[in-house]
Amino acid sequence: MELVYIAAAIMTGLGGLGAAIGVGMLGGKLLESSARQPELGPKLQVSFFLAAGLVDAIPIIGVGISMYLIFVVAG
Amino acid sequence: MASGSEQTVSGYIVHHLTNLTYGKLPAGFERGHGDIVGPQGEWTLAHGADEAAAMGFNAIHVDSMFWSLSLGLIFCWLFRKVAKQASAETPSGLVNFIEMVVEFVDGTVRDTFHGRNPVIAPLALTIFVWVFLMNFMDLVPVDVIPSALALLGVPYQKVVPSTDPNITMGLAIGVFVLMVYYSIKVKGFGFVRELTLVPFNHPAFIPLNFTIEFVGFLAKPFSLGLRLFGNMYAGEMVFILIAVVFGAGVMWMLPAALLQIGWAIFHILVITLQAFIFMVLTIVYLSMAHEDH
Repeated sequence: MELVYIAAAIMTGLGGLGAAIGVGMLGGKLLESSARQPELGPKLQVSFFLAAGLVDAIPIIGVGISMYLIFVVAG
Repeated sequence: MASGSEQTVSGYIVHHLTNLTYGKLPAGFERGHGDIVGPQGEWTLAHGADEAAAMGFNAIHVDSMFWSLSLGLIFCWLFRKVAKQASAETPSGLVNFIEMVVEFVDGTVRDTFHGRNPVIAPLALTIFVWVFLMNFMDLVPVDVIPSALALLGVPYQKVVPSTDPNITMGLAIGVFVLMVYYSIKVKGFGFVRELTLVPFNHPAFIPLNFTIEFVGFLAKPFSLGLRLFGNMYAGEMVFILIAVVFGAGVMWMLPAALLQIGWAIFHILVITLQAFIFMVLTIVYLSMAHEDH
C-alpha cells in the first residue's frame, strides 16, 4: 500500500514539472511578443490564457487523482 | 454524514463524492438491513456506492440532473428577461453585464469561426454560460447544501454537475453529434475523403489513413469532456480536503478558512477559464467541420 504514496508523488511532481516548463515558456514568449508589438497585447493575452488553461489541466487532474489515491485508496 | 455512525476522513470524502442515484436494483440483491430485493427488481434510491454499482445501467444521477437542468433554466430565464427589458435609454447594471457577456461570446465566435452558420453563436453562448454556472456551484461551500438536505432525509448530494463525468461527457457527445452532422452537411462526400485520403493521398493507404484520422476524430470529444471533468473534480477534491482540516481542532480553523478562501479565489479563474476553453474548442471543432478543402 505504501507504493500508492510514491505513485501519487510521481504523478503530482512530474505533472507539475512539465506544466511549469510549458507555462514558463508560454509566458516568456508572451512577454517577448507583446514587447515587440504592444498593440497585439490584449489579443495575445486571450490566446495565452487559452493555451495556459489547456496546459494547466493535466497537473490539476494529476493532483486530484493523487489526492484521491492518498486519502481514499490508501487512507 | 447522514449515517453518522462512523466519521472517518475517507468516509467523509467518499460521501461527498457519491451521487444521489435512483435506479433499479436487480432481483436477489441483499440490501443493508437483510432485506432481499424481490424477483421483479426494485426502483429505489441507492444507499451507498455498492448499491449504485449494483444498479448498473438502470440508474440515473438525480442530483446532477436536477442541478444542471435548473441551472440551464436559470440561464434561459435570466437572459430572456434581460433581452426583453433591454432598451437604448436606461441600461441598468444587469443589462450591461449580460450585454457584455453576449458581446464577448459574439466577438470570440467572429474571430475563430469562419463559416456561415447562425447556430454557432447561440450555441457558444449557451455552452459558455451553462458550463460556467455548473462550475460556479463549486464555489458554494462544500457542506452547506448536502448537510441541509441531509436534515431533510436526502442521503447523498453532489451539487457540482460538472464533477460528474456523465454530464461533461454528455455535453461533449452533443458537440460531437453536431460535428458529424455539419461535416456531412457541408462537405458531403468530402468528409469521407478527409477521413480516408489524408495525410497520404493514395488508395493503398486508406486503412492507415482511416485509423489515424478516426482516432484523432474520436479523441476530440473525449478530451473535451474529460478536461472539464478532471479540472472540476480536482478542484472539488481540494475543497473537500480543506474542509477535512476543520475537523483537526479549533487551532486549525483559521488556517483552514484562509486556505478555503484562497483556493476559492484561485478557483474563480479556473471555472471561468474552463468554461471559456470548452466554448472555444467547441467553436474550433465546428469551424473545422465547416472547412472544405
